[in-house]
Amino acid sequence: MNQSSIDYGRRLGAIAYARSGDKGSGANVAVLARHPAAYAFLLEWLTAERLAAFLEPLGSDGAVRYEVPNLEAFNFVFPRILAGGASRSLRLDTQGKALGQVVLELPLTEVDDAVWHRLVEDCP
Amino acid sequence: MTRPLRIGNAQGFWGDSPGAPRRLLEQAPELDFLTLDYLAELSLSIMASQRERDPSAGYARDFLEVIESLVPYWQSGGQCRIVTNAGGLNPEGCASACAAALGRAGLNHLRVFSVSGDDVLEQLRAAPEAQEFRHLETKEPLGALAGRLVAANAYLGAQSVAEAIAEGAHVVVTGRVADPSLTVAPCVAHFNWSWTDYSRLAAATVAGHLIECGTQATGGFSTDWLDLPDHDRIGYPIVEVEEDGSFVITKPPASGGRVTLQTVKEQLLYEIGDPGAYLSPDATVSLLGIALEPQGENQVRVTGARGGPPPERLKVSASYRDGYKAHATLTVFGRDAVRKAQAAGEGVFRRLREAGCKLERTLVETIGGGACAPGVDLGDSAPLEVVLRLSAADSRKEALERFSKEIAPLVTCGPQGVAGYASGRAKPVPVFAYWPCLIQCGAVRAKVVEVAA
Repeated sequence: MNQSSIDYGRRLGAIAYARSGDKGSGANVAVLARHPAAYAFLLEWLTAERLAAFLEPLGSDGAVRYEVPNLEAFNFVFPRILAGGASRSLRLDTQGKALGQVVLELPLTEVDDAVWHRLVEDCP
Repeated sequence: MTRPLRIGNAQGFWGDSPGAPRRLLEQAPELDFLTLDYLAELSLSIMASQRERDPSAGYARDFLEVIESLVPYWQSGGQCRIVTNAGGLNPEGCASACAAALGRAGLNHLRVFSVSGDDVLEQLRAAPEAQEFRHLETKEPLGALAGRLVAANAYLGAQSVAEAIAEGAHVVVTGRVADPSLTVAPCVAHFNWSWTDYSRLAAATVAGHLIECGTQATGGFSTDWLDLPDHDRIGYPIVEVEEDGSFVITKPPASGGRVTLQTVKEQLLYEIGDPGAYLSPDATVSLLGIALEPQGENQVRVTGARGGPPPERLKVSASYRDGYKAHATLTVFGRDAVRKAQAAGEGVFRRLREAGCKLERTLVETIGGGACAPGVDLGDSAPLEVVLRLSAADSRKEALERFSKEIAPLVTCGPQGVAGYASGRAKPVPVFAYWPCLIQCGAVRAKVVEVAA
């Protein structure tokens, strides 16, 4: 149930799913672990700094990370990432609807091989 | 013990499937209430421009078609009541048109109420330097922008809607009411909860938040959408709320999509800031104690919402005129399509500059080349086909009309493989910029009126 038929390779989408939307000229991206071991790993690894750096070209100037342990999830809030927001922005994705999918493309290539294999094998 | 209350949602935004309310009531005719949400942040500015052309407009006319589609349901004895914010800037006008439509169908016994008072436009115009009308994010004062405001509406809570329901309303038509409050109101009216029973109000707010976007709780917009059964006919969400505020979220059995821990978690965190303090006019809600428990197929039980008093001030969603914008698209096919499209797009704006047309804001995007995440390293190989999208914004409409004349020439002067110029010249449309701010609760007076058929 918690597995996708999509092959994300060695990217965040293999161990998490997401949901994003706009908040004024900012946006939120919820990242939800696909299993408890993935949550424990992401708690250490998926820092606000790491995600903000990945999305930096969009104009993200930092992120706030909220932990939601009861849902094995994180909520990231990116102020001003939408270049003016739903009304003013000229961008295609004015409402940040695609940001969840963007974040799932975050590469995990620098994660230790043994750690990665355990994470993927743990998937129910 | 009071029996559970069954509330569905069959309209997540202005533009959702027009047949959804009728379909949901065919699948689940025993629903007590149906909520229909029509207002996103900028819907009211669109309604404001409609009202400028026609003073009797200013609401979601689509709602009247929904009411007409439900006539056979009520004629055959259906009891479900409707709570909707379709009233937009003109709740009384919308409610009257709704009552007239019901009257024409011989359903005069259905009582229609409007809830208004959310319109605070004059108050903002009168006090552009007021501290509380400063932009919530930038903290700038409204100042001269006050003269360009087109709409300003406070987010009302559930109280006046619950009052209308308690009076016997079958249909409640509101202006700007916080989305979850459309669900909180029937719960309070049914269970007779106190307005300071914050844990129950918080629970109902969570229920409302989960269903307010329609199928987003039942598999729509889900990461694993492709794996859903029958995603062409995803069922709209239903909550069954108990007296203690706990509830089960589900969907009709004969519908597509799924209700799982995953779909519910995704929607719980949709457009959330601090999950420990979700602000609504009825309560401040913490999602951090929520427990989700699957109960059989397509049923998830939700408990543990915690609540405290709501903020002392109401949120206001205002919008002001901010010039015009125009978008134009052309498809580019061939090797190195991204580079070709990018170069062709930049050339358009260079030609315009050289012709003396300096545009205030411009953007070149290549759809197919990662336009939803420009500059982000996605490690993709170069696509063979992209859509070039050119955008410009300016306070002068003429400048954008000039821009729109400079697109078609790319068919003959651009790279080989330009296709898809058939839609004519791009049309400049007005831009309404968003101005979120606050207002004292005491400065807003909600008004509940029963409209005559």
